[in-house]
Amino acid sequence: MTAAPLLEVTDLQTHLHLRRGVVRAVDGVSLRIEQGEALGLVGESGCGKTMTSLSLLRLLPKGSGAVMQGSIRLDGQEITALSEAEMVHEIRGKRIAMIAQDPMTSLNPVFSIGDQVSAPFRYHGLARGGSALRAKAAEVLRRVRLASPEKRLRDYPHQFSGGQRQRIVTAMAIACTPRLLLADEPTTALDVTIQAQIIALLRSIQQESGAGIILITHDLGVAASLCARIAVMYAGRIVEQGPVREIYKRPAHPYTRALLSAVPRLGAPRGGRLTAIPGQPPSLLDPPAGCRFAPRCAHRMAACEQYPPDLAIGPGHSAACWLTAKG
Amino acid sequence: MIGFLWRRLGHGLVSIIGASLVIFIISRLSGDPISLLLPPDAPPKIIAAARIQLGLDLPLWHQYLIFLTNAAHGDFGQSYRWQMPALDLVLQRVPATVELACAGLLFSVALAVPLGVLSAVHRDGLIDLGGRLLAMLGQAMPNFWVGLLLILLFSIYLDWLPAFGRGGIQHLIMPAVALGWYPVAAQTRIVRSAMLDVLESDHIRLSRALGTPEWLIVWKYAFRNAAVPLLTMLGVYFASMLSGAFIVEVIFAWPGIGRTVVEAVFSRDFPVVQAGVLLSSILFVLATLLVDISYSLIDPRIRHER
Amino acid sequence: MSDRALSAPLPIPRLRARLGLRGWPWLSLFILGTVIAAALLGDALSPWDPNDIDLGASFQPPFWMATGAFTHPLGTDNLGRDILGRIIAGARVTVVVSLYAILLSGAIGALVGMVSGFFGRWIDTIIMRVVEIQNSIPAVALALILAAVLRPGLNTVVIVIVLTYWSWYARIVRGEVLSLKTLDYVAFARTAGVSTPVIFRRHLLPNIMNTLLVLATLQVGQVIIFEASLSFLGLGIQQPDVSWGLMLSDARQYITNAWWAITMPGIAIMLTCLSANMFGDWLRDRLDPRMRQL
Repeated sequence: MTAAPLLEVTDLQTHLHLRRGVVRAVDGVSLRIEQGEALGLVGESGCGKTMTSLSLLRLLPKGSGAVMQGSIRLDGQEITALSEAEMVHEIRGKRIAMIAQDPMTSLNPVFSIGDQVSAPFRYHGLARGGSALRAKAAEVLRRVRLASPEKRLRDYPHQFSGGQRQRIVTAMAIACTPRLLLADEPTTALDVTIQAQIIALLRSIQQESGAGIILITHDLGVAASLCARIAVMYAGRIVEQGPVREIYKRPAHPYTRALLSAVPRLGAPRGGRLTAIPGQPPSLLDPPAGCRFAPRCAHRMAACEQYPPDLAIGPGHSAACWLTAKG
Repeated sequence: MIGFLWRRLGHGLVSIIGASLVIFIISRLSGDPISLLLPPDAPPKIIAAARIQLGLDLPLWHQYLIFLTNAAHGDFGQSYRWQMPALDLVLQRVPATVELACAGLLFSVALAVPLGVLSAVHRDGLIDLGGRLLAMLGQAMPNFWVGLLLILLFSIYLDWLPAFGRGGIQHLIMPAVALGWYPVAAQTRIVRSAMLDVLESDHIRLSRALGTPEWLIVWKYAFRNAAVPLLTMLGVYFASMLSGAFIVEVIFAWPGIGRTVVEAVFSRDFPVVQAGVLLSSILFVLATLLVDISYSLIDPRIRHER
Repeated sequence: MSDRALSAPLPIPRLRARLGLRGWPWLSLFILGTVIAAALLGDALSPWDPNDIDLGASFQPPFWMATGAFTHPLGTDNLGRDILGRIIAGARVTVVVSLYAILLSGAIGALVGMVSGFFGRWIDTIIMRVVEIQNSIPAVALALILAAVLRPGLNTVVIVIVLTYWSWYARIVRGEVLSLKTLDYVAFARTAGVSTPVIFRRHLLPNIMNTLLVLATLQVGQVIIFEASLSFLGLGIQQPDVSWGLMLSDARQYITNAWWAITMPGIAIMLTCLSANMFGDWLRDRLDPRMRQL
């Protein structure tokens, strides 16, 4: 008997009711992550990947008139039914934790890192009292390989380098051993050597604690280095998902193919042009009824007026494209 | 950090000396300082002695040096109304003024902080609009008028609070409110806009994402960031408290420097005026210095820069 | 006031284009207009004589009270003088002092600020030190010592206000000029050998006009209150001239007998300041929203 999936999202929709109209930021996303699995959520800016992760935590910006719909099951429990207080106390930072995107701005400049790293322990009731909190903070900072943590608890964020701050922010996320980690572009603000270290760190965390990871990125290489499966997002929907090797060897959806070919490769002939995808993603205010990639797709057909369902291509590999139906 | 302190002290000293120069220049504007510094009925022998002592036949810069050295020794002349050294008279009154200025500042901050924070958190809500209205009114009402109205209401009609003098807390309330009323508007604006900025920041969003309770986010994590711009302005507000205290003291017969100097102007007791003005300048410079130091204590980034 | 950093070169906005007719703060303008009208026409048109002493009618309450009447709509003071009439008369002092004081301090402050910002280096340092020194003497204290030497009166008030507020303009104008200095056409003018006064007049002044205008209107409220405070203390306007601050000072003597004598002039001050502030805010939002933090 297989274990229940860690995360099961069914038809998640997040619509923002703004003055200019309704923005369908997340428009019917379904995901599934097994225990201890890393999923890469890939797509260009504005496709809805960040909104998806915010929706998991129900952290929708106030005053944006956000309305959420759909089912989110964490370890079998329906978390959309929880109250806000329960989300604060039980889910956020405890069972689902977010690793901040920009380490330079994600740490509070007027509080010591000891205070900030021990905060999740304090607010989820995992430790009380100054020395206990400090011990816990030092311990988790050691897990992320920050040098001499006890001595540095009193220091402030500006006294650390970018790579160190990323580790601190990662420590804050794994403090309460969450079941699911949301890493939103954890490497974008860093240079390549540090990137590799952070990815290695995430891998070791995954192995040590068995936590699942959703890695949000636009960088396909980063996704490939950590994740077992990839989900490609476009205009608020998932257009293709599957095992990472499958996707890279046999990309089914034209958008995925275009993304892969847009990455410049070493060894490619010099003087060749970079392949860019022509056109712009559709506005999420009034998305087209049919396939949303159709206007930019080289293989557009008449059938694309109708939005294609998720069609299976291989084991665990599916894409929402009429092309696959043809075989 | 120490270097920074010395530099600030240096600046302060320059300001104080500059203030003394301004006071000196003004005192010589009337043409005949003797008529200012001595009572009108002074016998000619005293006048002649004063002429020599002040060096009135010497060039102006020399006179200033005499003035400065005297001042450094605490000699500002005699108050002829009170028959005691002018400086002593004024020094006696300093605690009262400081008490009033601090109380006024405390009142304005105690009002501005919750107003500002709540206005930012419930943006465009009732508190926000109400607070803005209150603040606007505050900026349009002179502090002495507020004081008079308070006396009218609480002393004359309701007989709850005493209208004059210094004593217990019931004597302090009305003057502090009258004094602190004016800067509430500006302070609330500062707090509100600082909070609005911080609440949008990445680190607050991360705090929220990691399950920090909302009230802690607002009052602990956001507020400490927002407090920084307010603190930098506190020196300015303390100065306006000192300035406003002059008038409020007159209304409430508060025994501070302000009232003393005002009375001295009308009783032609110029030594007291000189001493009082210089002393209030020193007070202000000290206050600004203190605020600058505490600012670097609050914001760790500054602390480490120095 | 802090210098603010401008990130982009300032265009020279055309006043007429920016001030459309919609969304003007009509209430504030109405009140301000009334005050100005009272100042200009009060002498000629007001039926209530501010100086008519009528001891028989002293301490008469406003018209809505039991013993009040329309002959003295807002009541009378201890000498039977009509309060409304005195308020109208006091408007003149308010307007005159505000105008002079703001024009003078604005002009002086702007000039000093331009010199300081444009020439920089030791001139700038000295001027900024002077500003610091002037700022360390509390305004009222300065007023007191000046009045002790110069004798109280309208001129003293104007001098005190100018001496207190010029530095505010100077600091802010200096900040603007520091940024303007880096603009291409200013640099070209300098290298082309254009004389400094011409640069000031042609290139710098138009660009800081907006800021000056906004500063000036924001100042009106403060200046009015300052004048009222000085007159209240007896350092400003003297009898038989009328000033709202002076009225309050008189009324203080008999505060238990006539609450209206304390309240009415204060309300006049409050309404005028409120309108000036609201107008100033509106003007600032229209012309230069970046100055919001002032």
